[in-house]
Amino acid sequence: MIAVIDYGMGNLRSVSKAIEHVAPKADVRVTDDPSLVRAAERVVFPGQGAMPDCMRELRARGLYEAVIDAARDKPFLGICIGLQMLFDRSEEGDTAGLGVIAGHVRRFAHDLADAQGHKLKVPHMGWNEVEQRIAHPLWAGIAPNTRFYFVHSYYPVPADHALTAGVARYPAQFTCAAARENLFAVQFHPEKSAAAGLRLLANFTAWTP
Amino acid sequence: MSLAKRIIPCLDVNAGRVVKGVNFVGLRDAGDPVEIAGRYDEQGADELTFLDITASSDERDLILHIIEAVAAQVFIPFTVGGGVRSVNDVRRLLNAGADKVSINTAAVQNPQLVADAAGRYGAQCIVVAIDAKRVECNSDAMRVPGAGPLRWEVFTHGGRKATGIDALEWGRKMQELGAGEILLTSMDRDGTRVGFDLELTRAFSDSLEIPVIASGGVGNLEHLADGVLHGRADAVLAASIFHYGEYTVRQAKAFMAEKGIEVRL
Repeated sequence: MIAVIDYGMGNLRSVSKAIEHVAPKADVRVTDDPSLVRAAERVVFPGQGAMPDCMRELRARGLYEAVIDAARDKPFLGICIGLQMLFDRSEEGDTAGLGVIAGHVRRFAHDLADAQGHKLKVPHMGWNEVEQRIAHPLWAGIAPNTRFYFVHSYYPVPADHALTAGVARYPAQFTCAAARENLFAVQFHPEKSAAAGLRLLANFTAWTP
Repeated sequence: MSLAKRIIPCLDVNAGRVVKGVNFVGLRDAGDPVEIAGRYDEQGADELTFLDITASSDERDLILHIIEAVAAQVFIPFTVGGGVRSVNDVRRLLNAGADKVSINTAAVQNPQLVADAAGRYGAQCIVVAIDAKRVECNSDAMRVPGAGPLRWEVFTHGGRKATGIDALEWGRKMQELGAGEILLTSMDRDGTRVGFDLELTRAFSDSLEIPVIASGGVGNLEHLADGVLHGRADAVLAASIFHYGEYTVRQAKAFMAEKGIEVRL
């Protein structure tokens, strides 16, 4: 069973639909039940909205410990705010995260510009190239520098750069995928990234770390 | 290489069916939203926008079926707009599977709606649609202090109702209240096929921090490229040039790439 963790923040249908699409035989459950998260073989931790609200809702549903445990001992995929919450702390509302990955989450600056001097907008929204920094089963079949769909105003800064599995540029390079043992987490949205995103999700459903 | 400029086909939906002559070669049923969305996805569309033009309130919920069907089959972001009046409307569309909801007239009637919806679901899924029309400034008295000679006014109710609100000021206010992106339509150009109002697009893009989608007036591929190169739009939206099979999204991207615009190929 694959548990998609639901803590009441927005739409998780697209995540569960995409997983069902690539793994039609999988038993995918969108759940806020900590015991189901503990029983699952794999866990997907999505997220959208503001991180302070996400952390509050996670605690309110008693999911805090279950998520930390799952991130330590079974195939675990964090997506967007789901990645950000794994870190120690975020600048968004100066919020403490789960502390599964050492490091911080920072906001893009307000005065970003590209090489031509044109203003870059925040949120960073749209399709950007992802450079794979390590060989990893979740990158299998995905060409180098494939574009994935992003929408975010904050980005992670892992304390240990060896955990960076992928980077993107806006305009400075930032970590957009982090990996460690059974854990893989991405800032982009694989469920909205067409064929490449579906491939990453399919790789996750077959992954044996 | 960095973030790509987005190309977004827009589809009108009436009572749960896609309307306004979508014409792909070999399409079994031109009204089927899943088939049409799938076709645009295949062509490389970066996002899709559905505009619900259903007039009768008892047929309003039919859009939810479209959203569910598309969300189960097409894995690119899609926005739904039209008739969104409350946070509850936003919730229902997102729960059905929409990634973003666009708010237009209701934002003018109740700006707090934008703040409430963004506060609840995040700025990333709240698009504010602005229908803007040029105002002739024949005298200095009509000009906005500190602004250039050009002005645009916000219109609502599908462009039928003038509001007296300055469009650029309105855009800034929407950004402040939590809009994640602006869908900017020129009422002067909509349906004319003579190109975007580039001055309008540029004015918005230069003064806002959030992304701006240019809309209204596209008649050829040059217009799409102009929207990015001269209007500085982050994304370009078009309907008819794609629906009638004049151009595919792929052709549009190839053209823009030739012009030096970064696109997702």
